[in-house]
Amino acid sequence: MIAPRRWIVLLAALLLSAAAGAIDTEAAFADAARQARYEHLTNELRCLVCQNQTIADSNAGLAGDLRREVKEMIAAGKSDNDIKHFLTARYGDFVLYDPPLTPRTLLLWAAPALLVLITVGAAARVILRRSKAPIDADPEETV
Amino acid sequence: MWRYLGPAAAFLVLGALFAFALVRIQNGTLDVREIKSPLIGKAAPLFTLPLVTDPKQSFDTRTMAGKAYIVNVWGTWCPACREEHDSLLQLARTTGVPFIGIDWKDDGAMAQQYLAQLGNPYQQVVADADGRIAIDWGVYGAPETFLVSSAGIVLAKHAGALTEAVWAEKFAPLLGTGARQ
Amino acid sequence: MIPELGTLALVIALLLASAQAFFGLVGAHRNKLSWMQAVTPAVAGVWVFVSFAFGILTYSFIVHDYSVGYVATNSNNELPLMYRVAAVWGAHEGSLLLWIEILATWALLVAAFSKSLPIAFRARVLGILGMVGVGFGSFTLLTSSPFTRLLPAAAEGADLNPILQDPALAIHPPMLYMGYVGTSVAFAFAVAAMLSGRIDPAWSRWTRPWTVAAWMCLTVGIALGSWWAYYELGWGGWWFWDPVENASFMPWLASTALIHSLAVTEKRGLFKNWTLLLAIFAFSLSLLGTFLVRSGVLVSVHAFASDPSRGMFILGLLLFFIVGSLTLYAIRAPSLKSDGGFELISRESFLLLNNALLVAAACLILVGTLWPLVMDAFNLGKISVGPPYFNMVFLVPTLPLLALVGIGMHAGWRRSALGGKRRTLALIAGGALLVSMVVTLVFYGGFGLPLTVVGFTGALFVMGSALIDPISRWRNKQGISRAALGMAVAHFGVGVFVIGISGVASYKIEKDVSMGPGDSAEIAGYRFNFIGTENVRGPNYDALEARVKITRAGTPVADLTTQKRKFKIQAMPMAHAGIAVAWNRDLFVALGDELGAGKWSMRLQYKPLVRYIWIGAVIVALGGLIATLDRRYRVPRTADALLPADAATDKVS
Repeated sequence: MIAPRRWIVLLAALLLSAAAGAIDTEAAFADAARQARYEHLTNELRCLVCQNQTIADSNAGLAGDLRREVKEMIAAGKSDNDIKHFLTARYGDFVLYDPPLTPRTLLLWAAPALLVLITVGAAARVILRRSKAPIDADPEETV
Repeated sequence: MWRYLGPAAAFLVLGALFAFALVRIQNGTLDVREIKSPLIGKAAPLFTLPLVTDPKQSFDTRTMAGKAYIVNVWGTWCPACREEHDSLLQLARTTGVPFIGIDWKDDGAMAQQYLAQLGNPYQQVVADADGRIAIDWGVYGAPETFLVSSAGIVLAKHAGALTEAVWAEKFAPLLGTGARQ
Repeated sequence: MIPELGTLALVIALLLASAQAFFGLVGAHRNKLSWMQAVTPAVAGVWVFVSFAFGILTYSFIVHDYSVGYVATNSNNELPLMYRVAAVWGAHEGSLLLWIEILATWALLVAAFSKSLPIAFRARVLGILGMVGVGFGSFTLLTSSPFTRLLPAAAEGADLNPILQDPALAIHPPMLYMGYVGTSVAFAFAVAAMLSGRIDPAWSRWTRPWTVAAWMCLTVGIALGSWWAYYELGWGGWWFWDPVENASFMPWLASTALIHSLAVTEKRGLFKNWTLLLAIFAFSLSLLGTFLVRSGVLVSVHAFASDPSRGMFILGLLLFFIVGSLTLYAIRAPSLKSDGGFELISRESFLLLNNALLVAAACLILVGTLWPLVMDAFNLGKISVGPPYFNMVFLVPTLPLLALVGIGMHAGWRRSALGGKRRTLALIAGGALLVSMVVTLVFYGGFGLPLTVVGFTGALFVMGSALIDPISRWRNKQGISRAALGMAVAHFGVGVFVIGISGVASYKIEKDVSMGPGDSAEIAGYRFNFIGTENVRGPNYDALEARVKITRAGTPVADLTTQKRKFKIQAMPMAHAGIAVAWNRDLFVALGDELGAGKWSMRLQYKPLVRYIWIGAVIVALGGLIATLDRRYRVPRTADALLPADAATDKVS
């Protein structure tokens, strides 16, 4: 195996400017609804090069190219789903910060409801049990 | 006591997961940074792009039908590409598999000079000036190398410098069987 | 020679920490007074030698000793002195040294301020902290020594990562680590209690101030990190749900639950098992965070250079401490059952629900953070779980929590004492809703997002509710205990924080423009006039500075400068945003690329109420501070005098 880390470092040095946020030169669309879609989409897509930024925030060249693709697809009347599909066909689900619901992410998406049901359910059981127990005096007052 | 061991068991399971992941990272079977290409097993994206060596002419991947070939994405701005260049020259000569180069978001004149100076491993080398074809291939860094079978299917992808060792490990076994499909 | 002294000091500190652990734990077990008395000097010795090593590393940075590998990779001749000192904790090895230094400091503080505790208990607490110190000390020495020599020495250093060259670096990591590592104190108190088999209200009383102190530091540390990201990373976001952020947020949630649960254990002697478990969880999550950030299993913007063999070491430590303490818990828990009831609507019920929701929130973040790793490890594909997921699902446990806070504060112990306050609370709730609707409509011209009004109403309700007691006591000329005041202040801060989030999430405006000198653009009624650019030289970077004058309806509002810095060594461009702060909004300008023809790309942002996010967090921490200063934690009382009549049954003998 060659050292992939070395490659990453070089890549990072060249393509990345992690700390300088990406700035478009102008609003992508004059029409507010499309501009909103553009901002929403680019803020939910993960930059592949820097990996922990959205393509809206990343200054990497690839992020700029992907913003351009998104802009052109919106202009061409493509739906958000079409655009996401275009990108996942090339980069996989990794590109979506909003993980799609699949059998493999079912538990992930069920987690909030499940966890709250479990913890609150357990708390409710304790509260119901305790509310039937005799109420003792204040330990502070017994001293 | 046993019913109170739940939390300890939960943390053990978590620990086992971490240990498993670490072992896989250590023995090189898991790279958390690698993004697996969804193109593998699918038809290679087709493209027609102008040649770096002569921008008036263009190259079409359809001319590669029936042949296994390599697509190598590079740029003169990319130090790791410079690093793999000698290996590319060597592999292009010894393996007999044609190399198609995609010069990614680069300056044409600089690319010509680069190839003239260091040698040209590519059978054809094309310029993807605005990076659209690279997106079709799911490229996220340079260099990246793809192996395409004679049936036009993407068999493998390597991100990072291509060396003889990587070739032998990742590409050669596939060439024996898949490439001639 | 000097760096070797650092290594030597660490070795001595490690030996002393072993002595601290041995004499503390074995001395208490065998009831040998002289052994237990040896613990305090050992703690002091550990602190002295770790601090010495820390000083040596700092010195190596100050004098540019590039024969030390760590200095060579993280410093540079042109790096200003302040950043050379802060660079000590700028990367993995040095930040680990900071970890140990802070652990040693907590142990020293515990040794100094717990003289009134029974000696065996105190010895055990310090013994446990000694064990943690041995674990992390050997980790540092064996895998991550910051003193490793680079031979031949480098002629010049590779410079500190430019992102870290900011004044906040000087305070954010030490503060965060104070909180992070501070969870080990509550953990040590919990394990010591389990070893002695005695958990009573007195134990909670001893543990609480330490837990609150660590939690306070964690609160401020996280807030500082968020503020830093907001202005330094240049894109105006304040929380990204990055694994590193999550790693600090999970122990915060667990510590918050612990503080509340300790209240019940202290007042009522109830939920002892649960409190112990939370103390272990808080520390576990903090170790887990350390593991996630340093092992390389997750990809993150600010994860340290990672190495799987280091990961294995921390994983070993993590499992030793966590599984060990949880097994001890399983042995002790059955005998710690406590009885005592409370009514359906009582302070206890509310606190238990608070705990349930906070733990659900912490677990939720854990699931979201680890899910991509699980899929990756089992070759199930690569996915990303990011802000769109967390922002949505995090509301499931936290929105009900917000509603509960407002009411729960006024519930009495054992039985509801809401009685007279019911009407007041209803009035506040109604008022909060009315004010929220008016404010959103009048000042912001619309109800915003579906949850905007809900957020403002919840926040105002909590703030109003927190003020009921302080105001009524003040009007009746009654005193208020610092504990009660601290609680009110902290909860008020939660409201302020929620105001900030709701405001900025609902009404922020962002606009990318291309402007040249003389051009102007307008957002949210503010006109940004581009005056011009000039070249500026920094100590180790060159910068281009743009001046922007902001006016509103013709009147000047602010004069801003924003820079684009190019660091000489790392050749990394850094945006340095210009921010105009006012009570109701931030105006944020960041300079982008030169587009030719005298034009520049610029990002203009209007961030309404964003400051209240951090102000709220600071108020929350302040509440913690006030509560820690409560009289009952100051007056030394012996443990046995405080034992409730029924607590004798809790003793395991």
